Amino acid sequence: MKENKHLPPKLAWKFFRWYCHPKLIDHIEGDLLEVYQRRIDTIGKRKADWKFIGDVIFLFRKGIIKPSEGHRNLNAYGMYKSYLKIGWRTMLRNKGYSFINITGLALGMATAMLIGLWIYDEASANKHHKNFSSLYRVIMHRTSDGRRWTNWGVPYGLGEELESKFPDFKGVAMCDWGGRYTLANGENIINRGGHYIGEEAIRMFSFLILSGDKNPLHDPYSIVLTEETAQALFGHVNPIGKVVRMNNAYDLKVTAIVSKQPKNATLQFDILLPWALQERVNPGIVQYKTNWGNSSWQTFVQLHEQANAEGVDKKIRNVVLNHFLNDALVATSIKPQLAIFPMAKWRLYSDFENGINTGGFIKYVRMFGILGFVVLLIAAINFMNLSTARSQKRAKEIGVRKVIGSGRSELINQFMSESVLTSLFAFLFALIMAGLALPFFNELSGKEMSLQLTDPWFWGIMLTFTLFTGIVAGSYPALYLSSFNAIGVIKNNLLKNSSGSLPRKILVVVQFACSLVLMIGTIVIYLQIQHGKNRPIGFEKSGLISTGYSNDLKRNFDALENELIASRAAVSICKSNAIPTEIWAVQSGWEWQGSVPTDKMTGFSTIATEYDFVKTLGIKMVEGRDFSKDFSSDSSALIMNQAAVKRLGFKSAIGQVVKWNGKPRTVVGVVPDMQMGSPFGTVDPLMIVFYKDWVNRLCVRVNPTSPIQEALSSIKSIFNKYNPGVPFEYEFADDQYANKFNYEELVGRLSLVLTGLAVLISCLGLFGLSSFMAEQRTQEIGVRKVMGASVFTLWKMLTTSFVSLVIISILIAIPISYYVMFNWLQGYQYRVGMAWWIFVAAGFGAITITLITVSYQSIKAASVNPVTSLRSE
Amino acid sequence: MKKYQLGEFEEIVILTIGILFKDAYGVAIKDEIESRLSRNVSMGALHTALVRLEDKGYIKSSPGESTEDRMGRPRRYYQITALGKKAMEYSKDTRNQLWSAIPKVALELKIVSRGV
Repeated sequence: MKENKHLPPKLAWKFFRWYCHPKLIDHIEGDLLEVYQRRIDTIGKRKADWKFIGDVIFLFRKGIIKPSEGHRNLNAYGMYKSYLKIGWRTMLRNKGYSFINITGLALGMATAMLIGLWIYDEASANKHHKNFSSLYRVIMHRTSDGRRWTNWGVPYGLGEELESKFPDFKGVAMCDWGGRYTLANGENIINRGGHYIGEEAIRMFSFLILSGDKNPLHDPYSIVLTEETAQALFGHVNPIGKVVRMNNAYDLKVTAIVSKQPKNATLQFDILLPWALQERVNPGIVQYKTNWGNSSWQTFVQLHEQANAEGVDKKIRNVVLNHFLNDALVATSIKPQLAIFPMAKWRLYSDFENGINTGGFIKYVRMFGILGFVVLLIAAINFMNLSTARSQKRAKEIGVRKVIGSGRSELINQFMSESVLTSLFAFLFALIMAGLALPFFNELSGKEMSLQLTDPWFWGIMLTFTLFTGIVAGSYPALYLSSFNAIGVIKNNLLKNSSGSLPRKILVVVQFACSLVLMIGTIVIYLQIQHGKNRPIGFEKSGLISTGYSNDLKRNFDALENELIASRAAVSICKSNAIPTEIWAVQSGWEWQGSVPTDKMTGFSTIATEYDFVKTLGIKMVEGRDFSKDFSSDSSALIMNQAAVKRLGFKSAIGQVVKWNGKPRTVVGVVPDMQMGSPFGTVDPLMIVFYKDWVNRLCVRVNPTSPIQEALSSIKSIFNKYNPGVPFEYEFADDQYANKFNYEELVGRLSLVLTGLAVLISCLGLFGLSSFMAEQRTQEIGVRKVMGASVFTLWKMLTTSFVSLVIISILIAIPISYYVMFNWLQGYQYRVGMAWWIFVAAGFGAITITLITVSYQSIKAASVNPVTSLRSE
Repeated sequence: MKKYQLGEFEEIVILTIGILFKDAYGVAIKDEIESRLSRNVSMGALHTALVRLEDKGYIKSSPGESTEDRMGRPRRYYQITALGKKAMEYSKDTRNQLWSAIPKVALELKIVSRGV
């Protein structure tokens, strides 16, 4: 050829190729050669050669010469840009898959986010107190009936003693267990809850004082309000220095307004009252300054920075015991021992077993952490599965990339960046979903959480988490796809199924096994709750209300009772030291025929009441009778439950004489074992004593024949008449009973939601997989149809593989869930058995769901006209 | 004013690209300038100007076909960008302003002096 004969001077050409910038070399060289060829035709080769040399020399200038360090891209930005572009296009091309993929992952992420938020809320409880790490509460271990019990109750005088005798404490504050108080500002009367608390507490707990005194509880007749309470009482008027009338009896000066505690704080209140006021309101309490036998208060302490918690533990260990040195029984049988318990453990590690801290709510926090992780795992498995399945469609692309020279690491990078892109999308959706679902989730979990959108930590954690999910989810496709052999891929186009589908099958099995364990767990939790709710409780809780007590009611009780019954709104009323569904007092000092000396130290649940307790609560007596005005001796009578009869070892209880604190009491009746403690626990021995003026609550049996609203409004007006100045507040016993299931209901509801999500995500994945399978086998189905296969046969063929996977996962899930739930149920004394039908139902449910999910695609594929499916080749 | 920088030769090149419209590649631009302005354009000057114009964002390029006498090397076609168009207009405007700012007398003088 002509061109081959006439080549430009080699040296100049080489020189040009050497110095020219690689980006420009191609077309400038082309221009040079074009001009050269033209010149050869017009002015001859020799001159053209010279001109060429001239051109090369003139081109040797800035802009054309390559940089001295050589040309190379300093980063792989361009490559990533290309990866993302390809990823985006792939996503758009497969809208259905991408939707399933992103939705599934987003659901998983949103769940993990909400659960994470919930865990954060639990774990960060109380941390808003500035002295979080140096605050403790005093706890006491005691032995009763052969076991070591631990609780927060300590004697009244403990605060003063700790403060005066031990230099390790920076602050000591006594506190009661809280109560409801009537507050009045003129005509404006409200009921609010709060504590009597030591003045040091304000500083120790670093309550935020919005206005008023720095040490507001110093004066006994002062009161601290939260902002909301102040608003309700005084509106927009500045309340500082104003007077609030408490319980229609005491005038207290408002000394400070504090902000309300966050919902996850341990110490909750609307008002705070000075500790010193308690003695004025309730003068009888003064005796407990010297009588250390009553442990009905709590003590908070703050340690000095240099104090050592273990050392303090040792020092205060015997403070209570030292007050009983003359009582040998206390030292040998009860063995009271004090310890301090750090604030960090108050919320999540509050359980003690035989004097040892054994955890507590943390087990649920861990459980939900694991569940959230499992849901996320299922979502990630989905993602992996779909990407792997789809890989067959991209096999050619991979082959071509490999042929062109893409190494394995580039392919891994490509698929990783694609999956990170997808997970970023999923993160965005997840953020939106979590934001929308948060109000419902708050309601579900009884919290006030918010997405911490302004917190850099939130973003840091979330983005790390997204990248992590993307990389983990993308790792399998990335490693698996990049391992394809280029020649095989291009030649056969389709991969051999066997190598790719086994891991996919394993993933499906894992995913379904997780969902099934959740499903069975949720069923068991709900059955257990129902089991507790259906447990016979021994009294009639519907139509029973309880309300507070006051001095006015004490004075007017007989008139109140007469008028209530005369009005036909109520059938009976009784006094009690507790609400009907709970035991508020445990008393020791019992002696009976055949008791041993240590029995005197044993505490029995005690209800103090007067007349009509049995009648009002609707208890069916086992033996004997209620306290009655007909027997004057009943002021020293006693009713006990069957558990107590058994504990005391009586064959026949009626007529037995039992001593309480040295005074003899005659047993007049036996009641069944009523559910007043935990609905899942055993029933403890119960003593119902006739005891004047130990009253905390009034119980009223509403007339069942009159409409409830009418009855309540007439009861209210009668109460208002005899108890002026105090708003009538009441609670239904069934509501109070339902409150006992709060924990279990919370666990049940949360796991129900998680299970629903897990199943939904699994189904999304299955749906995607099945549609992919159907698509893969379009031609096979077409041929089969031509040969005479029916839609039913094809459906059977397409669904069998999935159903068999689900059956395998059922077989795996049953033993796991049995083991886990068996252990969970061990925590309850009154528990439901795990019937075989639970597993059958869950398995059946899983198969049904699978069939429904898979059938849609397989029937669609099976009913396509073979002409269309075969023509598609 | 460093708003739009366009050297004299650069302006010629970009104008020529405009003239050639879709056929503006190295040799074509060179030929066009040489025939219209009857001046010799060296390959070096042209390509330096093209690189500069592209760096400034006034033109963009895309690879094109190759021919036999280029021995398989692709042509690179140039196109004026929106920014390039603005730069050209700016340059033209400044010239027009300068032209209109010259007092008539000065020009007449010139004519007179030439006449003499």
